[in-house]
Amino acid sequence: MSVETTTLPRQKASLSNAQLALCFVGAAALMTMVQYLGGLPEWLHRLPEALVPNFAGWLDTIFNFVKDDLGLLVLTRTLTEGLEWLLDASGNIFFGKRRWPNIGPIPWTAMAAVAAIIGYYLGGWRLALLGGGTMVWTALIGQWEIAMQTMSVLAIAAPMAFVIGLSLGIAAWKYAWVDYVIKPVLSVLQTLPFFTYLLPAVIFFKVGPTAGAVATTIYAIPPMILMTTLGLKKVSPEVVEAGKMSGCTKFQMLRHVYLPSARTEILVGVNQVIMLCLAMVVLTAFIGMPGLGAKLLAMMGSFKLGRSFEIGVTIVLLAVMLDRMSKAWVVKQPEHFERGTPFWKRHKMLVLGIVAFVGFTLMSLVVPIFAEIGRGQDFSQGKALDDLIKGFLSIEWVKATTGFLRAFLNVQVLIPFRNFMLSIPTPAFILLVAAFAMALAGRKQATYAVVFFSLVALSGWWDRAIITLYSVISAVTLAALIGLPVGIIAARSKKWSNRVLLICDTAQTFPSFVYLIPAIMLFGITDVAVIFSILIFAMVPLTRYTIEGLRTVPEEMTEAADMAGATRFQKLWSVQLPLALPTMAVGFNQAIMFAFFMVIIAAFIGTQDLGQELQRTLAGTDLGKNFVLGICVSLMALTFDLTIMKWAGDKKSALGL
Amino acid sequence: MSAQAPVISCKNVWKVFGDNPKRFLKEMNSGMSFDDIRAAGYIAGVRDVSIDVHKGEMLVIMGLSGSGKSTLVRCFSRLHDITSGTIEVEGQDIMSLAEKDLIELRRSKMGMVFQSFGLLPHRSVLENVAFPLEMRGQDKHTRRERAFEVVKLVGLEGREDYFPRELSGGQQQRVGIARSLAIEPDIWFLDEPFSALDPLIRREMQDEFLRLQQLLNKTIVFITHDFDEALRLADRIAIMKDGAVEQCDTPDQIVLHPATEYVRKFTEDVDKARVVHAGVLADKTATGEGEPVDASATVHEMARMLVNDAREMIPVKQGDAVIGALTRKSALDILLGAAS
Repeated sequence: MSVETTTLPRQKASLSNAQLALCFVGAAALMTMVQYLGGLPEWLHRLPEALVPNFAGWLDTIFNFVKDDLGLLVLTRTLTEGLEWLLDASGNIFFGKRRWPNIGPIPWTAMAAVAAIIGYYLGGWRLALLGGGTMVWTALIGQWEIAMQTMSVLAIAAPMAFVIGLSLGIAAWKYAWVDYVIKPVLSVLQTLPFFTYLLPAVIFFKVGPTAGAVATTIYAIPPMILMTTLGLKKVSPEVVEAGKMSGCTKFQMLRHVYLPSARTEILVGVNQVIMLCLAMVVLTAFIGMPGLGAKLLAMMGSFKLGRSFEIGVTIVLLAVMLDRMSKAWVVKQPEHFERGTPFWKRHKMLVLGIVAFVGFTLMSLVVPIFAEIGRGQDFSQGKALDDLIKGFLSIEWVKATTGFLRAFLNVQVLIPFRNFMLSIPTPAFILLVAAFAMALAGRKQATYAVVFFSLVALSGWWDRAIITLYSVISAVTLAALIGLPVGIIAARSKKWSNRVLLICDTAQTFPSFVYLIPAIMLFGITDVAVIFSILIFAMVPLTRYTIEGLRTVPEEMTEAADMAGATRFQKLWSVQLPLALPTMAVGFNQAIMFAFFMVIIAAFIGTQDLGQELQRTLAGTDLGKNFVLGICVSLMALTFDLTIMKWAGDKKSALGL
Repeated sequence: MSAQAPVISCKNVWKVFGDNPKRFLKEMNSGMSFDDIRAAGYIAGVRDVSIDVHKGEMLVIMGLSGSGKSTLVRCFSRLHDITSGTIEVEGQDIMSLAEKDLIELRRSKMGMVFQSFGLLPHRSVLENVAFPLEMRGQDKHTRRERAFEVVKLVGLEGREDYFPRELSGGQQQRVGIARSLAIEPDIWFLDEPFSALDPLIRREMQDEFLRLQQLLNKTIVFITHDFDEALRLADRIAIMKDGAVEQCDTPDQIVLHPATEYVRKFTEDVDKARVVHAGVLADKTATGEGEPVDASATVHEMARMLVNDAREMIPVKQGDAVIGALTRKSALDILLGAAS
């Protein structure tokens, strides 16, 4: 202890934190040993059923009170009518639903031409090709109608999310108390599994597109709020002062100075809104929303891999198209024209777009194939692809490899690990998590960990929560084993960094649902498929942040290491990695968040965790249970989020980054 | 300068930043220095400043970064609310103005130019210049007319449809200047307008600025950290340090009689011959003989004559009237340094 007095106070604190964490681990190990020896009383191993408070019941009471007695249901059902009208109208335009305004469906050729022209306007011929090509592919493959069903909901949900997000963002920027209230709500919302949004949406907004649109909208609002506030806060003080000196009123300031100056961040928010909406709209298939998601769900359910693959490609193309176009919009700057340029020249693209639209629409009146690709006219190779994929999978060595991987991972790794995790007594487990939080972040985070995991224990879903956690941990570990080396190797050259980053960027735009396709293809309906789908989903941020962390190490430092005579490995190990670690930790955190998200969706494959239970609640009206399950997932995810982000922040400021 | 009432008059102005500056200032004992105040957790942006700006005068506020010069000019336009003291603009206490009246004041009387231009990136040159007019609700036609006029005045004709990012720094600042002039303000604030520019462009912009001032004859408060710039432009210079004004006087007087050690350090490297004018050196009671020199001539401009001429006393004239005479020795001392 005499050593301690000579160390700096900061180090002293972290030392005792580490010691405390070690004590926790010791206590947990001891308790687990006693359990193995059969000496632990049952009530210490697992919380007895009788002690589980009826959270679900209480929540149900509250919901019912709000829903019926306070008349929320009446309100939302009224809103539903308006929303339904909007969705019907966009449905009519996009895929010809027989509703007002009875003008649709827009011919696919007209749509493709407009997409190509918008693409050209925003980002040149590459985006034109992507825009037009995506539409042509969708039509020719015979998925036009379902794709447009999806798009028609997107066309309503994304603007709604934008407007609500922007308004709340402005409010949070303007009034400190709104910010204060919104912040914690947002962090919970962002970790809440999507299934938890679905059921209340169904109950309050009717099954089908309305509920789907509402759930999608709500899910996409948080990033819009955050980007709006961020953008408004970043407006340069001189621009603000210039506005004031120009005699702006408060409203003029907002409308003419703040919002236009925050354009970039707001448009980044729009990009995120669109991407989240697409990802979620696909997932609303689980509550019976027609469209690409529903079709994919049906095809995967009946193991039609060829068709699943084709739909997957369509979804991916749509996602990449929307992402690239909205990102091109972010960087698009206004151009000036020479004085006296005529209108049609100034707005060349607009004119061209209208001409093409009208032209193709008129043409489709004469040539039916331009309006719609009928049944049997498409080029879908579903059956052939199916045979191809199944043929490939039944090739001896492929079969042997996947079979081996499946068996090995299952028998040797996953199942033993799962059983081990389940064998740890509840209090010991909580101690372990607390130790983790304590060692990395500190006492405050450790307290959160204890409270959060105790709540999970009290919810009565402990075993399923542990299985959820087991999937997350194993998948993220495997993802790190693959993703980190890939990132480290790619970061060695600029060329490869850019290539891998491009792949990561593109992969990140894919709606999570499509990650299930290769998993099911390769590993069928097994635990390994679940882990695999999470793994590839979680690998993206890990690789990406590793590369970013390593590439942003200041050049002087690597040069200094070179001049100090460090070998390549020494440089990596003692200079680059330590400096990149905080950034990598952010990637690790995101990987965990992604994993928590994916593990719930993977319930579709067949799991025994919280996701499975959640998915089951969707069929009923068990709101209370649905919420309890969702909150359990959220609490676990938040524990990791708080701990890792605190650690990364501390490390960053300690390194002076 | 003139017998008229000052355009801006500030008395005992304090601006303190911190949690509760008003209370702090009330309880603070008067002898506290800048560092004492900082130790107490507050920052004194402006410390007990009293200064008048007269009509048509160019007052340059000079100081290093953190000296409070930008804060002071923001108090004049009430971009900052002052903690104590009074600021009167054309006889009106601006701290007593309601939001609406303040906006009206800015819309009709004040223009301001910023160090990093503060242009709105989404608006073209013309729309930026017309912005203050648009805000006060002028119709599209008149504000375009006026904007064209001012854009031409600052020499950006033909660039009206460019966007700020398409212009060089110097051109962007011309837009900033044009915008501040669009409403034909009586009072013109310039906050380090040329500091973000390259030295060559800065010089060019200073000339341009002097040309504009000749044309417009506004009341100007000009902020700079560049002493040479201050000497070049100012009618009067106020030198600030730690929020307080160290000395406020004409360039000649500051160079000849620095009030404090701090001011003296600035003047050390200055070529005084280029700053000091004959008029300042003139002794009104003395008379001389022969060809008079103009009061507005600098010692530097008189150098050749001073060296060649043998007269002890040289008469000084303002316009056509002789106002006194200067001793050749005093002028030569400034030119060559006093003989030790």
